[in-house]
Amino acid sequence: MNYAVETKDLTRIFRVKKRRRRRSESKGSEQDVTALKDVNLRIEEGELFGLLGPNGAGKTTLIKILCTLLLPTSGKAYVAGNDVEKDPYPIRRIINMVSGGETSGYGLLTTRENLWMFSQFYGIPSKEAKKRIDEMLEAFGIWDKRNAKVRTLSTGERQKANVIRGFMTDPSIIFLDEPTLGLDVNASRTIRKFISDWVRETSGRTVLLTTHYMMEADELCDRLAIIDEGGIVACDTPRNLKKTVSKASSLMFEADYLRDPDKLKGIEGIQNFTYKHNGQMNRTLLTFIVEDESAVADIVSRIVEQGAKIHSLEKREPTLEDVFVSLVGKGLA
Amino acid sequence: MKEYLLLNLRALKGRAYPRVVGGTRELSWIFFDTILPLLTVAAYVFVYQYLGSLAQGPQKEYIGQFVGYVILGGAMTAYWMNVLWSMAAQFYWEKEIGNLQLYMIAPMSRMAVLGGMAVGGMFYTTVRAVSTIVIGVLIFGVTFSLGPPIYLILVFLLTLIALYGMGMLFASLYMLYGREAWHTSSLLTEPIYLVSGFYFPVKYMGAIVAVSASIIPITLGLDALRQLMFTETAGIHGFLPVEVELVALAVLSVLFLFLARHSLRFMENLGRKTGRLTMRWQ
Repeated sequence: MNYAVETKDLTRIFRVKKRRRRRSESKGSEQDVTALKDVNLRIEEGELFGLLGPNGAGKTTLIKILCTLLLPTSGKAYVAGNDVEKDPYPIRRIINMVSGGETSGYGLLTTRENLWMFSQFYGIPSKEAKKRIDEMLEAFGIWDKRNAKVRTLSTGERQKANVIRGFMTDPSIIFLDEPTLGLDVNASRTIRKFISDWVRETSGRTVLLTTHYMMEADELCDRLAIIDEGGIVACDTPRNLKKTVSKASSLMFEADYLRDPDKLKGIEGIQNFTYKHNGQMNRTLLTFIVEDESAVADIVSRIVEQGAKIHSLEKREPTLEDVFVSLVGKGLA
Repeated sequence: MKEYLLLNLRALKGRAYPRVVGGTRELSWIFFDTILPLLTVAAYVFVYQYLGSLAQGPQKEYIGQFVGYVILGGAMTAYWMNVLWSMAAQFYWEKEIGNLQLYMIAPMSRMAVLGGMAVGGMFYTTVRAVSTIVIGVLIFGVTFSLGPPIYLILVFLLTLIALYGMGMLFASLYMLYGREAWHTSSLLTEPIYLVSGFYFPVKYMGAIVAVSASIIPITLGLDALRQLMFTETAGIHGFLPVEVELVALAVLSVLFLFLARHSLRFMENLGRKTGRLTMRWQ
C-alpha cells in the first residue's frame, strides 16, 4: 500500500557550532544535535494528521525533509511512495507547504499579484489561477485586500494569503507548519475551518499539520503523533490518546429531584458515583465515573424509572494536555 | 516535455513580474538610479573636457569622444550593479524572507527562477540605463556615429546574456551564504569599474589586465558597444575587433549558463545535506 507519507527510522542530525563557554575552548568547534531520531510514521491518503510537540521537538525538521528541503542523515522518508532523497521532483508536483509567521512574496506586489506569481511556479494557466485566487480571497474574507500591497496587510490577513498560496495549487498533500501561529481567534478559526473542509471535500487529500495548540490538534486531526526531543512518543486518534491517560470518563447529569439516588448504585460499568441535591432548583446533580460508556443507557433508564426528567448531560474527557503531560512529563508551553 | 517547458516559461514570467512592475511602483529610482549615477559620469566628463581643452590637433578630438564613452560606461554600470545586488546576492534575501524554500519545493526548474530574475532585471535596468544615456546626451551634447545595427543589437544582447549568466552563476554560488555574499558583492563593485574600463577604454589598462578583465562580459561588451557607437575612433581605442568580441561573448554566454545550471544543482544538494536552504527559524 502506498502511504501519503511514510518514514522508516528517519534520523536527522545537524552539525552546529559549539558556543564557547571559556576562552580556553577552541573556537569554531562543532557538535552534533539530533533533531529527529528513528521516526517511524505512516500517514494514509485522506488523513488529516497532526504532529504535536513543543518548540524544538523536531516537527519543522520532519516537514522540511518531507518537502525535499532537507536530506535525512539516515533512514528513509517517502511521500506518495517517492523517496525524498532520490525522487524529489515527482514529490514537488503534488505537495505544498505553509508555515506560520511566513513573510514570503514581495511587499511591493498586491495580494492578488503575489498569489498569481506563486501560481506560475506550479504552471497554472493565468486565467485559471486568477479564478482560483479570487474564489479563495473571497472564502477567506480578504477580497477587499486583493489590490492592497502585501506589505500593508495585517498579520492575520498575511497568513490567510499564505494559506491561499498553499492551497491554490490544489496539492494532494499539504504540509502546514503551525499555520495559525500568533493569529487572533477569528483568523485561526477561518483557517481551521478551511483546512477541515478542504480535506473532506475531495477524497485522497492529505494534510500533515504541526502545532503546539492542543485545541487545534484535538479539533482538526484524525490522528496525532506526539513528538518530543526528536522522537515519536505516541501516535493514535485524539480520542484513543486521551483514553490512554484514563480509561474512565466523567458524566454529569442534571435531573429533577431524585428521592432515592442510591438506587443508581450497582449499575454495571460504573466506577464511581456522587450526587448533590439543589433544593432551590428542585434538582439533583449526579456525577458518574464510568469505565464503559454503554452504562449511559442504564443510568438514563434508572433515572426515568424514578419519574424524573433529565435536563442536561455533560461528558468530560481527559484533554490532550493531560496526555502530553503523562507521556512527556512536561507541558507544551 | 511540452508541459514541463510551459511550466518553466510560466515560472520565468512569474519571477520576472515583480522586477518588471517594480519600476512603476517605486519612482524613487529616477533619483537613485538615474540622477546619482550621472553625478559620477559628470565628474569624469569634466576631467575629459578639461584635458581636451589642453590637447592639440587630433588628440583633442579623440578626447572629445571619451565623453560619449563615459556616458555609455555610466549606463552599463547599472547592469553590473543589478547583477551584483539583484542577481548574485538575491538568494540571500530570498532566504531571509522565506521565498527560497518556496522556490525549492516548487516543481519548476530552478533555472527558471534565475531566468525570471535575469529577464526582469534586464528590463528594469534597461529603463534606467536608457534614461542615463538620454539625460547624459542631452546635457553633454554627445553625438554618435553608429556601426551596423545588427552588430549593435547582437553585441548588446550577448553582453546581457553573458553578464546575467554570470549573475546566475554567482546567485547559485552565493545561495548558501549569508553576509559573505553581501561582502563579496561589495568587494566586486569598485575594482570592476576600474579594470573593466567603465570610464575609459579598457585597452589603456594594458593587455594583461584587459584580457583578465574580459572574463567579466561587460568588459568586452562595453568595448564592442563603444566601437559600434563611435565608429570614427573604433580602430584607435578598441581593444579587440568587434567580431572577435562577439564570438567571445557568445562563448561566455554558453559557459556561464552551463556553469550556473550545474553549480545550482550542486549547491542545492549541498544545501539539502547541510540544512542551509532555509533559515534556522523557518
